[in-house]
Amino acid sequence: MAATMAKTKRLALVGNGMAGMRAIDELLKLDRDRFQIEVFGAEPHTNYNRIMLSSVLAKEKKVEDIVLHTREWHERNAVALNTGDPVVAIDRAAKTIATASGKTAGFDKLILATGSRPLMPPLPGLDLPGVCAFRNIADLERIEHASRTGYRAVIVGGGLLGLEAAYGLSRRGMRVTVLHLMDTLMERQLDKAAAILLRRDLEARGVEVITRAQTEEIIGEHFVEGVRLADGRELVADLVVFAIGVRPGVDLARAAGLEINRGVVVDDLMMTSDPNIHAVGECVEHRGQTFGLVGPLWEQARVCAAALLGDEAVYVAPPVFTSLKIAGIDVFSAGALEARDTADDEITLRDAASNGYKKLVLRDGRLVGAILYGDIADGPWLVDLMTTKRDVTPFRDTLIFGRALSRAA
Amino acid sequence: MIHAALPRPTRTTCPYCGVGCGVVVDPDGTMRGDAAHPANEGRLCSKGSALGETLGPRGRLTHPEIKGRRASWDEALDLAAAKFAEAIRVHGPDSVAFYGSGQFLTEDYYVANKLMKGFFGSANIDTNSRLCMASSVAGHVRAFGEDVVPGCYEDIDEADLVVLVGSNAAWCHPILFRRLEAARKKRGTRIVVLDPRRTASCDGADLHLPLRAGSDVALFNGLLARVADSDALDRAYIGAHTANFDEALAAARAEFPTVAAVAAETDVPAADIEAFYRMFVSTERVVTLYSQGVNQSSAGTDKVNAIVNCHLAAGRVGKPGMGPFSLTGQPNAMGGREVGGLANQLAAHMSFASPDDIDRVRRFWNAPNMATKPGLKAVELFDAMLAGKIKAVWIAGTNPAVSLPRADRVRDALRKCPFVVVADCHANDTLGFAHVTLPARGWAEKDGAVTNSERRISRQRAFTPPTGEAMPDWWMFAELGKRMGWGDAFGYSKPADVFREHAALSAFENDGARRFDIGALADLTDAEYEAMEPTQWPARKGAPAGGRLYGDGLFSHPDGRARFVATPFRAPVEKLDAARNLTLNTGRVRDQWHTMTRTGGVPRLSTHTPEPYLDIHPADAARAGLADGEFARVESRHGATIMRARVAGDQRPGEVHAAMHWSDANASTGPVDRLVGAATDPVSGQPELKATAVMVMRQPMAWHGLLLRREPLAELKSDYWCRVAIDGGFAYPLAGIEPLAAPGETPDDAWVLNKLSPLATPDLAVYADPARGVFRFASFVDGALDACLFVAREAASVPDRDMMAAMFAREPPKEHRARLLAGVPLDGVASAGPTICACFAVGRVTIEEAIASHGLTTAAQIGEALKAGTNCGSCLPELEKILRETAPAEHRAAA
Repeated sequence: MAATMAKTKRLALVGNGMAGMRAIDELLKLDRDRFQIEVFGAEPHTNYNRIMLSSVLAKEKKVEDIVLHTREWHERNAVALNTGDPVVAIDRAAKTIATASGKTAGFDKLILATGSRPLMPPLPGLDLPGVCAFRNIADLERIEHASRTGYRAVIVGGGLLGLEAAYGLSRRGMRVTVLHLMDTLMERQLDKAAAILLRRDLEARGVEVITRAQTEEIIGEHFVEGVRLADGRELVADLVVFAIGVRPGVDLARAAGLEINRGVVVDDLMMTSDPNIHAVGECVEHRGQTFGLVGPLWEQARVCAAALLGDEAVYVAPPVFTSLKIAGIDVFSAGALEARDTADDEITLRDAASNGYKKLVLRDGRLVGAILYGDIADGPWLVDLMTTKRDVTPFRDTLIFGRALSRAA
Repeated sequence: MIHAALPRPTRTTCPYCGVGCGVVVDPDGTMRGDAAHPANEGRLCSKGSALGETLGPRGRLTHPEIKGRRASWDEALDLAAAKFAEAIRVHGPDSVAFYGSGQFLTEDYYVANKLMKGFFGSANIDTNSRLCMASSVAGHVRAFGEDVVPGCYEDIDEADLVVLVGSNAAWCHPILFRRLEAARKKRGTRIVVLDPRRTASCDGADLHLPLRAGSDVALFNGLLARVADSDALDRAYIGAHTANFDEALAAARAEFPTVAAVAAETDVPAADIEAFYRMFVSTERVVTLYSQGVNQSSAGTDKVNAIVNCHLAAGRVGKPGMGPFSLTGQPNAMGGREVGGLANQLAAHMSFASPDDIDRVRRFWNAPNMATKPGLKAVELFDAMLAGKIKAVWIAGTNPAVSLPRADRVRDALRKCPFVVVADCHANDTLGFAHVTLPARGWAEKDGAVTNSERRISRQRAFTPPTGEAMPDWWMFAELGKRMGWGDAFGYSKPADVFREHAALSAFENDGARRFDIGALADLTDAEYEAMEPTQWPARKGAPAGGRLYGDGLFSHPDGRARFVATPFRAPVEKLDAARNLTLNTGRVRDQWHTMTRTGGVPRLSTHTPEPYLDIHPADAARAGLADGEFARVESRHGATIMRARVAGDQRPGEVHAAMHWSDANASTGPVDRLVGAATDPVSGQPELKATAVMVMRQPMAWHGLLLRREPLAELKSDYWCRVAIDGGFAYPLAGIEPLAAPGETPDDAWVLNKLSPLATPDLAVYADPARGVFRFASFVDGALDACLFVAREAASVPDRDMMAAMFAREPPKEHRARLLAGVPLDGVASAGPTICACFAVGRVTIEEAIASHGLTTAAQIGEALKAGTNCGSCLPELEKILRETAPAEHRAAA
């Protein structure tokens, strides 16, 4: 019946990224005929896997390898696509949108998936050529270009993205220094012990790390020449990449008068303050939480698609876990990084020769955090134990050795 | 190790118990029972079967030392000769002593005995046989006039009733016990076991009387009275061949007129006693086998005589299928007795009580300084040493710092002695007190003769070259004699020289009064000695050898009559009181031997009873608040120790049991004899090792542990530990009274490293759960597993020793070596292969298996099955690649 029904409603997707397009995928899976869909993207490319930009940078993959939806796909699925033309306004009353090129389009329903913006500190010299973030293919091209001509790179930010970029540039033959404001790398995902191992492994791969590094100024006249730190040290650089975090992209939503906090506020059905506008991805704020990792987005897309079809599936943010993707360095982190107080227990396992390290955090007999360094095979199982809040006391003595050896589990 | 060029198998004799089984060593070193040996006819027990595994250089002494410095034999022996000579000159002959061993070969005994009694002029030579056989010797001498076991092993085959008294033959004389089982199958031999414990020998017995420790005499006095009232009483025999019957019977009757009186003393139901008495009285062919439960008692000699009394009353001695039968504990305890190598014996079954005997031996030896009175027995010897009266002692083949009662006092005595020589093949606890240590040859390297429990002399033959500079004991004593000026008397060049002289002495002026006569062997050529088949004595020149003795009713006393001995009942010396309300019995376990110097390093002998347990009855355990496997503090009037409790219904209520094998070298428990008092039998001097009053309390432990190492640890500090041989190393169960660390803290690094590794910066894997006090460590040397340590507040968090030992025997998988610390078997933990999907940690092997088993063809299907590729999607290209690579050929062609 559905196959013969005319597409009576118009759906606009603002933001041609991973979360938004995943929502379209989910929608088509459920009902191919309900909506007439049109996609608006600021970037000139079709949807690609942003997470894998670092793999492209590391020359482990090519750009075409990371494309998720080709133009053929759009044709085949009758999903209209506008690229390189950012949406500049939403008229909620008229139910229309306007793009930078002056195009307007009407909608019955709208999915807002405007993603996030890289944080850039207000530093002198930030606008010099050779200074960039690492968020999209344009950044990637800038960085690739710089790596062909220069040979010294400074990455500001020792988080997940910064380290992946550092490794990629190192693979391209650049001498890379990571500047990190905090005492230890990836401090939001790793405890000190794991961070020390990570630093050692990165340094073994030729990446220099400077912690407690407060960047004060970008040096250069016509082109970036270096970085000056608060302690006066100067580092020579032909390329400076900022990877110090992101904030939700809310400008468009704010202008449209939607409820905004840190991100675009959505309910459990991924609906904004306007019932005709849903939002997914890194632009949203759900129950006070914003999102920077891909895992939760897939579930948002699924809930959003169902909601547009009238199904009231409820979104529950899953436990967040991280895995670092640097060849030969396997890191997994989920939940609490350390004991909150004396009521929490920590269990550790370390193996000097293999640089292996594991740490579990337990509260009331339940697993509430896990850090795996080296052997990450049991990460998903541990996340499952955290999600289901299982009492791990019966197999506590073998828990850290994984599911296979925890016979009682 | 083994002589590669040996052309033929070597026939030798097992070095363990007194059964004296023949062993054949093939040229490749394999060992089997000697089918041609009458003692075992090809069979070997668990210990004998593992003999090959006890050989090897580990722990062997390889060269003489003076105060820990390497020395030549000449230096060491010259010093010993000078010190012994000086002591004798200044303090007299009784200021020196030899303390030897049932491990001695007959030749070793002979030369030592001759040197001490004929040339030093003292009888201060005793051996550890004092601890096991002295009461039997004394009982035999009192009853028969000579230390003679009248029967032979065939009697076990031909008996209708076998009574085991204080003998767990199933474990301690296993091959003889199998012979008994075979007889039982063949002719329905009934078996009665008299033992406070329900031992393995009770399995299948017709009757077990769990009598109160030390009450044997009461039981046999009652039996004597019963025999006297029955048809079994042989009035004619008693009248013709014995003396003193009426006195003995009167004494027995006075104390135990009724079965009820016996029941009250022995704490055995009267009906069971009645059943035993009825069986004994109504069965003519009765063999009474007895061992340490009889001998190691302050009434040991009386126990022997109480048994012999019953046999004499019924005329059942030295006839087929009947007689009292003492089972010796050591391979050559009997040989030592033949030589006379004990302080109260002279030589060759001659006695200090007879001036003629003393004169005869003097003339035979041409002895310049003949001893004329008995010397100090084992316990007395070390008492004299503590009192400063012994100025030089030579200890050979035994470990008195462990095996004697009040072991700590023995250590004090050794510390006090100005000059101590220790000759042994293995390092042992006594070595620490030595001024001179001498490397002795071990079993596989020694040549000579041994005599088993049925008077059968067998050859022990060397089949490996000596370790280092090791020499035989007889050679050392002969060298000592030569250096002290008696070159002619000690000019032996080989064991055959010594043996011929020993045989000649047994026949010297012997008109048959001494049953021990092996004159037929005095003229053996070297080749005949080398080839000598097992020979039972007597072996008089010109008479048939072997057979039973005293069957004709003619005994060794000058009047030819056996003696009944009145044996008024005496309870063990130590009395229980309100605090020390349990009686400690000591004994052996199946697969260990003596102080474990020989068996302690063999993994398969360590599994049966790996730790020094305290066996305790459930009721006594409950009273002490002890659960099975928990630790008990055991205190006597003489010492205290900590043992792991094994709650066992096999124990009599009120009595606990511990094995005698462990020492300070292999357990914190140390020698159990540390707890035992120095009460001795007034006749034999044998110590009472099986009836000590003790107090048992629960010992709470703050932590438990398990250490596994490739190499043994020289020193281990923890309140409880013991060493267990395992494949590829040693396991040490551990426990401590004080916490290892403050709550939530990790144990001190130095403490841990001290146990794990000699390296300053070891390659470690470490597991820590401070909240639960669980810590686990593995150390690696050159990438190979070298040691593991598990410690935990709760015993349950320490992995099972056997399981860990099995894992320790193999190298853990390289990439997951830390998994060893899980303390669970790694079998079946397959590698998932290199990680493909990092988000969901799915390995290549897992993906390939899923593709194969479910016929997956797309990445989406893999995602549904394994979640791989469904999060960040980074691995989707790899998933596609794996699909291409694993696709069947026709699909590939199509693609």
